[in-house]
Amino acid sequence: MTRRTFRGKVLPAGLTIGPVTLWLVFFVAVPLLYALVMSVCSIDGSYNIVYRFTAENYRRLLDASYMQIYGQSIFIAFLTTIICIVLAYPFSFLIARAAGRKKALLYMLVIIPFWTNSLIRIYGWKTFLGTGGWLNEALLALHVINAPVDFLFTRAATVLGMVYCLFPFMVLPLYTSIEKLDGTLLEASADLGATRAATFARVVLPLTAGGIFSGSIMVFIPCLGYFFVSNILGGGNSDVIGNLIERQFGKGNNWPLGAALSIVLIAITLLLVKLYQRCGGDMESFGA
Amino acid sequence: MEREKVIVELKNVNKVYGGSNHVVRDLNLEVYEGEFLTLLGSSGCGKTTTLRMIAGFEEPTGGTITVEGESVSEKEPFERDVNTVFQSYALFPHMTVFDNVAYGLRMKKTAKGEIKERVMHMLELVQLGGFERRYPSQLSGGQKQRVAIARALINRPKVLLLDEPLGALDLKLRKQMQMELKRLQRKLNITFIYVTHDQEEALTMSDRIAIMNEGVLEQVGTPTEIYEAPATRFVATFIGETNLFEGCVKETSAHHVSVVVESGELRCRAQGFEKGEMVAISVRPERMKYSAEPVEGYSVRARVKETVYVGSVLKAIVVLPNGNEIKIERLAGQKLPPDGEVYIYWDNGDGKLLHLMDQVFYRTIESVKLA
Ligand SMILES: Nc1ncnc2c1ncn2[C@@H]1O[C@H](COP(=O)(O)OP(=O)(O)OP(=O)(O)O)[C@@H](O)[C@H]1O
Ligand SMILES: [Mg+2]
Repeated sequence: MTRRTFRGKVLPAGLTIGPVTLWLVFFVAVPLLYALVMSVCSIDGSYNIVYRFTAENYRRLLDASYMQIYGQSIFIAFLTTIICIVLAYPFSFLIARAAGRKKALLYMLVIIPFWTNSLIRIYGWKTFLGTGGWLNEALLALHVINAPVDFLFTRAATVLGMVYCLFPFMVLPLYTSIEKLDGTLLEASADLGATRAATFARVVLPLTAGGIFSGSIMVFIPCLGYFFVSNILGGGNSDVIGNLIERQFGKGNNWPLGAALSIVLIAITLLLVKLYQRCGGDMESFGA
Repeated sequence: MEREKVIVELKNVNKVYGGSNHVVRDLNLEVYEGEFLTLLGSSGCGKTTTLRMIAGFEEPTGGTITVEGESVSEKEPFERDVNTVFQSYALFPHMTVFDNVAYGLRMKKTAKGEIKERVMHMLELVQLGGFERRYPSQLSGGQKQRVAIARALINRPKVLLLDEPLGALDLKLRKQMQMELKRLQRKLNITFIYVTHDQEEALTMSDRIAIMNEGVLEQVGTPTEIYEAPATRFVATFIGETNLFEGCVKETSAHHVSVVVESGELRCRAQGFEKGEMVAISVRPERMKYSAEPVEGYSVRARVKETVYVGSVLKAIVVLPNGNEIKIERLAGQKLPPDGEVYIYWDNGDGKLLHLMDQVFYRTIESVKLA
């Protein structure tokens, strides 16, 4: 490791790694620790936090009513991930194989949405899908339907919003892994008598599995937490784990329970990432 | 020798990239069944492009390619009876050596038992027995190369295309692999079309060599023909070393041509040249002779500049009055000219007369001059 210098003097390590360390301590370690502590605290009759150890919060996570929401949330996340893979795969291939301006343009299409707050974009969808929205007007004008249909407040609307929000997170790692794919391998496969479908199944898919996996993690995990999507488009009909957490810190006013939920969610995330590394995945494909 | 069967034929093949980059020009080539044919040429002359057109990875802009008399233009790469050994090996990194070699057979839906038997046999043949469980990343360059060759050969192709297959290996391994490839080719009796820019490799391995220069096929012939009777100035200078005397045809007779060069008048045994044509005489360094006295018919005077000993050969450089340097080579134990003045000459058959201009082009400007 090289030491940083300033005016010819070697700076003390504490000073050079300081900013990053401070950042990590204040914005990652402290909040995490706080959540961890809070998750084992009790509350009194008027929902004030009492610093007395209890495992009650974790036990309550197993309540049947919560279980039903976990199931629903995992289902939505699963569906979203599958749809994202199916849509993003050909799209990423297109970007990876395009050249020059076309490539830049396609790449921009993925990046541009990041420039606007996702909350605003989801409200945009709400206006588009609502009974008085453009979609209904267009369908009425084309006589596809006779009366306005409420597309909002359904599980489908939530999944649509999730796919819309998380699509770029699937494209980026997929694009990275497809870009890395050596084109001569595809030629070699064809040369040895493989049809396009066989080449895809035996060469392309296995060699981009890392990208699919990291993309899936990057879509699946946030999908469990994006409560605003299910709030706005699902209208309480398709709550995800994020809604549960949000409610404990809001209306429910049970912070220790919310903290316990968050800790479990973080633990699942870490577990999935570890699993991914175990399967030989590199962390590089996350950082596209 | 009986007429050999043509297995691959290229007729007027052209390749133009991006509308203006003319990479292969009017290529006509016949490859015979069971032969080892090498495409030789400097970097960027279109060797890989030619090979890729035969394999089906590139579409010719014009002309036809036939394999066993059948046009392959409409066939996808996976439908062609040719296999390729890529310069970069292109082994599938997620498959073991066994699975790599078995790939082609699996695509043909060969029975499991037969696959196993044939893969093992093929691995023995390329001396990789016991490596079948390894992944490409666990192999050395030479071993990867053998896997690539085994993977292509197991399909028993009619023609094997090899694009600088030994390019990435060190000298010693390359020499060894050259021998092994040649042995394999003889044993399996498969037609090899081999691309290289290493002339020594081409001369030692090939039955015939096709020399390309800037997309044009300059000459096709056995190594001896190419070396002893180069057809063009490019071939003469590209293969081995040579001394060139450029000049103009003064007179022609039935079997001889006399040429005026800067240092005098020289006679060559040659036909098919015209009076006034620009020509060059090519004489190999080891055929160059010298004498203390002028020799009848030759009177090129030169001064010995230096003599060097390069292992088994001795080399001398002599300078002509016009400053051109001429190389003379002898095997160790033979004599080189002493310091001072000498007259250089060569046996009548050793000076090869070459056209300097394209014949069509030459006739065109001649007719313009007369008109
Ligand atoms: N896909 C392509 N698009 C445009 N030009 C190309 C393409 N492939 C090759 N070329 C050009 O065609 C010419 C011949 O290339 P080719 O690869 O056939 O040369 P080569 O004889 O194999 O050279 P080397 O010995 O360096 O491999 C080069 O000038 C190259 O830049
Ligand atoms: Mg090449």
